[in-house]
Amino acid sequence: MKRMKILAYPYSVWMAIFIVVPILLVLLYSLTEGDIRNLAELRFSTQSYERVLEPIYLKVIVNSFILATLSTLFCLLLGYPVAMIVARSNPKVRGMLLMFLIVPMWMNFLLRTYAWMSILSPNGFLNRLMDLLGLPRLEIMPGKTAVLLGMIYNFLPFMILPIYTVLSKIDKQFLEAANDLGANNMRTFFKIILPLSIPGVVSGITMVFLPAVSTFVISGLLGGGKTPLIGDLIEHQFMWEGNWHFGSSLSIILMVMILISMAIMSRIDRNGQQEKNGQSKV
Amino acid sequence: MKKTAVRIYMGLIFLFLYAPIIVLIVFSFNKTKSRGQWAGFTLDWYAELFKDRLITEALYYTVIIAILATLISTIVGTISAIGIHYMKGFSKNLLLNVNNIPVLNPDIVTGVALMTLFLSAGLRLGFVTMLIAHVLFCIPYVILAVLPKLRQLNKHTAEAAMDLGATPSYALRKVILPEIRPGIISGALMAFTMSIDDFVISFFTTGNEVSNLSILIYSMAKRGVKPTINALSTLMFVTVVILLLIINKRSEKGEELLL
Amino acid sequence: MKRILVSVFTVVVLLTMALTMSGCGNKVVLNVFNWGEYMDKSLLDQFEEQTGITINYKTYDTNETMLAKLEAGGSSYDVVFPSDYAVSEMIRKDMLLPLDFENIPNFKYVDDRFKNLEYDPENKYSVPYFWGTIGILYNEDMVDDPVDNWDILWNPKYAGRILMKKDVRDAMGASLKRLGYSMNSTNDEELRQAQEALIEQRKLVAGYYGDEIKDLIANGDAAMGLTYSGDFMELYWDEDADFSHISFGVPREGTNLWFDTVVIPKGCKYKKEAEMFINFLLDPDVAYQNAMTIGYPSPNTVALDRMRQEEPEAFELEAFWPDDEIIERSDVYVDLGEYKSIYNQLWTEVLVD
Repeated sequence: MKRMKILAYPYSVWMAIFIVVPILLVLLYSLTEGDIRNLAELRFSTQSYERVLEPIYLKVIVNSFILATLSTLFCLLLGYPVAMIVARSNPKVRGMLLMFLIVPMWMNFLLRTYAWMSILSPNGFLNRLMDLLGLPRLEIMPGKTAVLLGMIYNFLPFMILPIYTVLSKIDKQFLEAANDLGANNMRTFFKIILPLSIPGVVSGITMVFLPAVSTFVISGLLGGGKTPLIGDLIEHQFMWEGNWHFGSSLSIILMVMILISMAIMSRIDRNGQQEKNGQSKV
Repeated sequence: MKKTAVRIYMGLIFLFLYAPIIVLIVFSFNKTKSRGQWAGFTLDWYAELFKDRLITEALYYTVIIAILATLISTIVGTISAIGIHYMKGFSKNLLLNVNNIPVLNPDIVTGVALMTLFLSAGLRLGFVTMLIAHVLFCIPYVILAVLPKLRQLNKHTAEAAMDLGATPSYALRKVILPEIRPGIISGALMAFTMSIDDFVISFFTTGNEVSNLSILIYSMAKRGVKPTINALSTLMFVTVVILLLIINKRSEKGEELLL
Repeated sequence: MKRILVSVFTVVVLLTMALTMSGCGNKVVLNVFNWGEYMDKSLLDQFEEQTGITINYKTYDTNETMLAKLEAGGSSYDVVFPSDYAVSEMIRKDMLLPLDFENIPNFKYVDDRFKNLEYDPENKYSVPYFWGTIGILYNEDMVDDPVDNWDILWNPKYAGRILMKKDVRDAMGASLKRLGYSMNSTNDEELRQAQEALIEQRKLVAGYYGDEIKDLIANGDAAMGLTYSGDFMELYWDEDADFSHISFGVPREGTNLWFDTVVIPKGCKYKKEAEMFINFLLDPDVAYQNAMTIGYPSPNTVALDRMRQEEPEAFELEAFWPDDEIIERSDVYVDLGEYKSIYNQLWTEVLVD
């Protein structure tokens, strides 16, 4: 089976060209100053990195991590049951259910976010509904709650799909055996289902957390721009300020921080794997 | 009791997912261009839709790029995921981490960096560069979707098949692929989703000939996004739903097609 | 399943080929790059019919993305529509071709007030396309003070119901002007004061938005917001909805006069045809039709007179036709040069609390 690994070689070359080279370029920008369009004139400088350390930028980075973590957590809490329900549903409706979970994401992102604004804004649909019901109005937008909601909305399907795919295949025999042996539902879930689904959960977390950290339009539109996130700052540097050097060092710092958290994640993942192997030997 | 709870929960999730879609559809029938008021029912935006040469052109490229990017990235991503799965140690970790970079990088960084790369390689920006960019950010999602299924794979099945005389490619097609199919399909779905909705990376990697719907829609922001776009989205949505229902009706084995 | 995939693939490949092939040939194709929804598109057909030149029309969302794209090169555009400060930045970066006014005889129709402005002092590179001011869009039902000064955006009475423009030049500009300084100030002390005022204002501001302010005010989500006169004109011309309670105030202290212009960037392949197109846009009939569609005042005198006959009420509006006094006290943005990053830094500090 070792021979199978050659299947990853073409993609490795592709990644070297289209991912690594551009990242080296970003790294180069982050470590230099001068006119970016003239490579010969770039001078080495750590100025951009020094600037990242200013408290104001650290604050933005911390804010982004908090919001991304929260939205990942909520996606997991909301999405896991959905994945389980779909996995256990009648095979005939399963495909439909899955498709209908992702189809909303095919509508344009900006339109969907504008629609959320119409729903959540002070005089929006939600508050008019509250008025009708005689309930007090909610002050969600602009604010962090609305940003969080928008993020959960946009990333939820990316949590559900990978978890669903692993759950769909967990041997029914396991579950039946567990029941026969007198395990109650809770026990079956925590001892069997959850550990077996860890690979899916890890993929889901990766696909939600990583883009969530660097997201940018949502915070502007639903948060009223009062809590800029790191994605906003990077976009601002590249586009508005035209300072590719600082923008690059912000993204390099972001990348390093994420890779560290991913390393921690993969440790959890490995433990999960061991547990799984332990289980399947039983 | 439990069944009702499940129904209610799924109902709420679908309400959450579709609430903005409903709002978006409602505004496609609104007489005024402003989202700030309901000024009465109209079908004008639908009529205008077919007169707008920019919209039809952008729609065309959006769909073509999304389909091509999905096909390519699903095939490449699945094959690569299998390769990565059978790798070990440092090289595996390295590949996985590099694979994550397009997912975590802000779009603007990917877009600008790719643009610089294409230009310094002397490529003309256009359809091909935009397609490469889309394939680039779609593959990681396919790999992330397929890997968990590979981990579930019983290590010994493929080996047993090969012991019984199956060639590796036969084992791959007949043993591994069917097992990881749900992963491949969800990977393809995610790739399509990412591609159809991308604005920033597309903007920077395309040239003056090719544009997509996202570019068109974002560029309308300054003067207000016209409800023709809502009308278009409504039509796209309805088309997708109808297609899904037909597929489901026609193939009794609907589950086999989709899972 | 496989058969479906294969047939989809074939169709896609064939269609792609068909489309790329059709792009070849020796016809002159003029690449026009404009803001979205910023031209009456039937005029494109009209130009194509008149001249036999094909127009490839693409759109962008901000001056900045357009600049980034043009600077990078890789694809050429023949006609672009940058705003004032972007024009001066493009001149500084040597990105524009001087226009040959011999080929643009219709330039004579342009109001003399809009020639030789600060962003293009000798008027070598640009032709004005539309113009307007920035000011305060407000809901009459929610505001009972006169909206004719910048101070109202700092009035605690409206705490939580004020929207600020999420744009460094507009926000800093409003703050500078309120303190009696130029919107192009490069005096560190003045800038510091302006920033301080913006930080103080932050607690009153419900949110910092861009193009969405118009819809938020129209929906009654906020009482007032800093925005372009054009945004008000959008609501004003709306025949189907009733936005009579929405008004637009231009501060007496003076404001920003903005211009969107037409230029020819370097790398243009068909300069003569591009100038033909610019000349076409300045044709009184065309300019009139375009201005009536877009709803902004035309810099074209003949077209403007016809608009005045057609829509006399619009000329009573400050948003459409501000007083000469206000115009006199107003500034046109110029490229800030190295002060651009200082402005940005100050503004970032305002946003991140």
